Amino acid sequence: MLYSVAKLVPTVAQADAALDSRPPLLLPMLVVVPLATALLIAAAPAARARTIALLGTLVALVGALAAMLVFRWGEPGFQLACEFSWLSHLGINLSMAVDSVALMLVALTALLGPICVQASATAITDRVKTYYAWLLILQAAMTGVFIARDLVLFYICFEFTLVPMFILISLYGSTNRKKAAIKFFLYTFTGSVIALAGLVYVAWFNSHLSPAVINAVGAELWQTFPKLGKWTFDIATLEQAAQLMSGRQQAWVLLALLAGFAVKVPLFPVHTWLPLAHTEAPTAGSVILAGVLLKLGTYAIFRFCLPFCPVAVVEYAPLIGVLCVIGILYGGLICWVQTDVKKLVAYSSVAHLGFCILGLFALNHAGISGSILYMINHGLSTGALFLLIGMIYERYHTRSMKELGGLAARMPVWATFMVFFTMASVGLPGLNGFVSEFLCLLGAFQASTAWGSATGITAEGALDQGLWGSAGAAVPGATPGNLGPWFAAIAGIGMIVAAMYLLYMVGRIVWGPLVEPKGHDHAHDGDSAHSALPVDLCGREVGVLIPLAVLCIALGVYPKPALDALSEPVKSVVMTVNAARSTVEPSAMTTAAKEEAAQ
Amino acid sequence: MTDRLQFLWPEIALFAATCIVMIVGLSRRYASRKAAALVAGVGLLAATLLSIGFSPDVESLPASAAQQLLPNLVGFAKPLIGIVGLLLLLLAAGTVDRREEEEIVRGVRVFDPLRSNRAEFYSFFLFSLTGLMLCADADDLIWLFLALELTSLPTYIMVVISTAKVRGREAGVKYFFLGALGAATFLYGFALLYGATGTTNLNAIASHFAAHGVSTLGMAGLLLSVIGVCFKIAAVPMHFYTADVYEGAAPQVSAFLAFVPKTAGFLTILLLCATVGWSFGPSAEPLSVVKSSAGGTQLPEVLRLTLWVIAALTMTVGNVLALMQVSVKRILAYSSIAHSGYMLVGVIVGPGDGSFTGSGVSAVLFYLLCYGVMNVGCFAVLAALERAPGRDGEPREIETVTDLRGLCVTHPALGWSMVLCSLSLLGLPPLLGFFGKLPLFTSAIRAGEIPLVIILGINSAVAAYYYLRLAFAPMLEQADESAEPIVQAPFRSRQVAAVVSAGGVVVLSILGNTLMEHSRTAAEYRAAVPSGGSGHSMVDDHRP
Repeated sequence: MLYSVAKLVPTVAQADAALDSRPPLLLPMLVVVPLATALLIAAAPAARARTIALLGTLVALVGALAAMLVFRWGEPGFQLACEFSWLSHLGINLSMAVDSVALMLVALTALLGPICVQASATAITDRVKTYYAWLLILQAAMTGVFIARDLVLFYICFEFTLVPMFILISLYGSTNRKKAAIKFFLYTFTGSVIALAGLVYVAWFNSHLSPAVINAVGAELWQTFPKLGKWTFDIATLEQAAQLMSGRQQAWVLLALLAGFAVKVPLFPVHTWLPLAHTEAPTAGSVILAGVLLKLGTYAIFRFCLPFCPVAVVEYAPLIGVLCVIGILYGGLICWVQTDVKKLVAYSSVAHLGFCILGLFALNHAGISGSILYMINHGLSTGALFLLIGMIYERYHTRSMKELGGLAARMPVWATFMVFFTMASVGLPGLNGFVSEFLCLLGAFQASTAWGSATGITAEGALDQGLWGSAGAAVPGATPGNLGPWFAAIAGIGMIVAAMYLLYMVGRIVWGPLVEPKGHDHAHDGDSAHSALPVDLCGREVGVLIPLAVLCIALGVYPKPALDALSEPVKSVVMTVNAARSTVEPSAMTTAAKEEAAQ
Repeated sequence: MTDRLQFLWPEIALFAATCIVMIVGLSRRYASRKAAALVAGVGLLAATLLSIGFSPDVESLPASAAQQLLPNLVGFAKPLIGIVGLLLLLLAAGTVDRREEEEIVRGVRVFDPLRSNRAEFYSFFLFSLTGLMLCADADDLIWLFLALELTSLPTYIMVVISTAKVRGREAGVKYFFLGALGAATFLYGFALLYGATGTTNLNAIASHFAAHGVSTLGMAGLLLSVIGVCFKIAAVPMHFYTADVYEGAAPQVSAFLAFVPKTAGFLTILLLCATVGWSFGPSAEPLSVVKSSAGGTQLPEVLRLTLWVIAALTMTVGNVLALMQVSVKRILAYSSIAHSGYMLVGVIVGPGDGSFTGSGVSAVLFYLLCYGVMNVGCFAVLAALERAPGRDGEPREIETVTDLRGLCVTHPALGWSMVLCSLSLLGLPPLLGFFGKLPLFTSAIRAGEIPLVIILGINSAVAAYYYLRLAFAPMLEQADESAEPIVQAPFRSRQVAAVVSAGGVVVLSILGNTLMEHSRTAAEYRAAVPSGGSGHSMVDDHRP
């Protein structure tokens, strides 16, 4: 069978990894360094907390860069593997490895670490130690999610991110923070428990696989995945096993997984926690929330939903596509009527992540690689927007568009960055947002049985001939999918809406007549934290924004290296889905599921 | 009968300690009286050490001398009881006679043996633990009944003498009457079981059921017994006393009530279910991809359904009612109900394929350990804190969640213990509670009890709300400056119990593998051999 052979490739690379001379503890270090820093912060005096946090995050960033350097980008499969035995009776091991998707997100996490620490310098003056300690713990947990190769290890990190985020929101947020924090925790916790049930079901399914069934698929699987048919939480093994589930089983597992991961993304209609949490969170909290935490959901969908239940994914892609499109339009329209700038950006996340998921469920190379790129890009541009809004809030103590206007006159540097990142967020060609949004839409457009390969315009073809080089040129033919031009067209309206509300916002607060909150005096007497800030951005604040801006331009002008790097993991997922599609035609499968249900 | 002696050394050690405690605790010398707790501790430690590593050689024993359905149960249950018992004993310091002893030291009052409760308290404490250990090696309905009552009767008195409040007495009376109702119910059930099978020996009952099937009378007996035992584990429909009694008693005793009778109840339910076995119901599911296993893997449908409904209701009622509470003890009481519901899932699942992830029985045993540790931790924090004495001269307990505010700042050790233990009760990874719940999940999914798994999952999520309050009041909120100051009770050992439990919650989740192995072996289930006769004939079978 096609896909089982394809699946052999990663483990060959894993075998190599055992022999190679690269530091094996690099990945665990990325988790341990922030954790150790957090302990150090707890022990050190409060005045030193920020310095230690900065050093710790910088070390982690260097570690992540080192990992990117030693990572062999062209190779498929997981690298830098590292495994410790833990609770063998539960089948749990501390096993870690990254592919290019995970490594990019790890790098994004590591990059946002020092940025968040620096961004909090004047905003957080109370309970500083607690703040930085939990910020670092959060970073460790998020990194853990991306590098885990054991389902329970993944789940532990995934769940544990809730605690630091809860604390950051409920201690350092604005007026309505308690409610926001509780809502955030309960929504995501409830979803994840159901997702856990789905994941455990897959583990159970694997443990009950009979040798005959596995031999029927391919006897060579035994050598590659010795844990098939035994109780384990090893992700690679379970990925193989899960594909053997029947369509109905996959559908249930998909539902359970989405219950957990879609809440985290958040997908319409389970997005309601997000605007509240975003608005109430402190600036760094919002940056992490938008930059990485939401990506835990999309990453989990990419890592688990697509390869674990390809048949169900193929069948239900249109349904999820509809939810995405609703989210895109609904989120955009709600943005339009916001007066609170932060809330506006928060709702824009709902819309943006709609694009991201739409791309994933296009199930073709363009859509999925666009979606993964979108995860990075959204983290950069929306993270930067939250930083910018935080800077305004620190100066004026308001985020209302009614009380702010024409700030370009007062703060030209800030205004420049604001316009720049808004453009990146809108999707101005040449900046990063455009590439990924375009690829997501292209993917959705082409994912149609009627359209895709029939006309010969494939995602890969477009990429080959077009702007960004040969991402995935080796992939045979585009996938006929179940979305199609209609999805792309309606989602495209979302882009227009996004342009409208974002430009409207910029028009209000950056240009036009200068409006400042009543009673606001720029002499800044009294308030000590306040007085530290100049009228326009200080060097620290500019320093925080520059790296993000550079990356936005780099990924916008020349995304080829990133797309090339993503090619292998995306290819493997696309092949899994294609194999499922070819083994079971969607229409045939529906009837099979019906018969099964009848029995 | 001497065959059975090898099982009983821990109980004998406990009983010896009990006798000494009773005498020492009545001594006129303050130092001797004070030694009562120490003697109890030494006895308990001795019992624990005697029980560790003990595994009966059931093959060489006559069938009447040991229950053979869950032969390794003793080897896990008794050390567990001993260790959690030691934690509970650390908590118990200064529970009774505190004011009297202070006055005697000051010379205001002379020692009056008639008024002293110390000897009684510690000896009842040990008696109850003795009864609990006896439950684990029960092989006979009479034995089981006596062991259950030996576990329970001392607790009624402990509730009353643990506090000087009127509420304590009210709680004790309520507990006693409802306890008597529960005892009457399961005794009636036992009687019906005897009527149905003609024997009180558990092995013989199991053989009878295996040979002749479960008659209506036998099933009625089982159902009544299980419902009666629901009182011990605080499960619906016998849960009504829980909140009032836990609230009325001193927190040390509430912790005792949440672990000791509950463990006794679960051991009993496991034994009762083992007599009918988990080999009924439809055979493994017909999915072609899945290995088919011969025979069914369920309890008899009526029993399964009853337990199913009890489990679902218990989880839901416990969690929903806990949401509405403000008193910490009441929250913990309802959470104790909910946790019983979780564990019942494991009972329904049964021994499965005998692996740790597949066996509901080992999941229950492991969860009892987890629950014991984290629950003692929460109550220990309450016990270690108090307010200055009120008008009646007794120091007052802290009651509401508001009182816990800012604890991580004012009393860091206790505050963080509360945070860790309540997050663990919530089941937040990577703490112990998560690894306790995971095998319940896995075994239930393996047994195909998907609806129950979903109910379990939703309940875990509902529970998040009130455990978050318990965890975050100490950590995130500021202590109320205007309120009366909360001080540490002058008993270090209570704080030690809290910190040890909190440490256990963290450490056991890292080093849990060995314990999982032990609970897996302990859960080994041997289906009964069909035999037509009574217990006596089984004895004859084994004797040459």
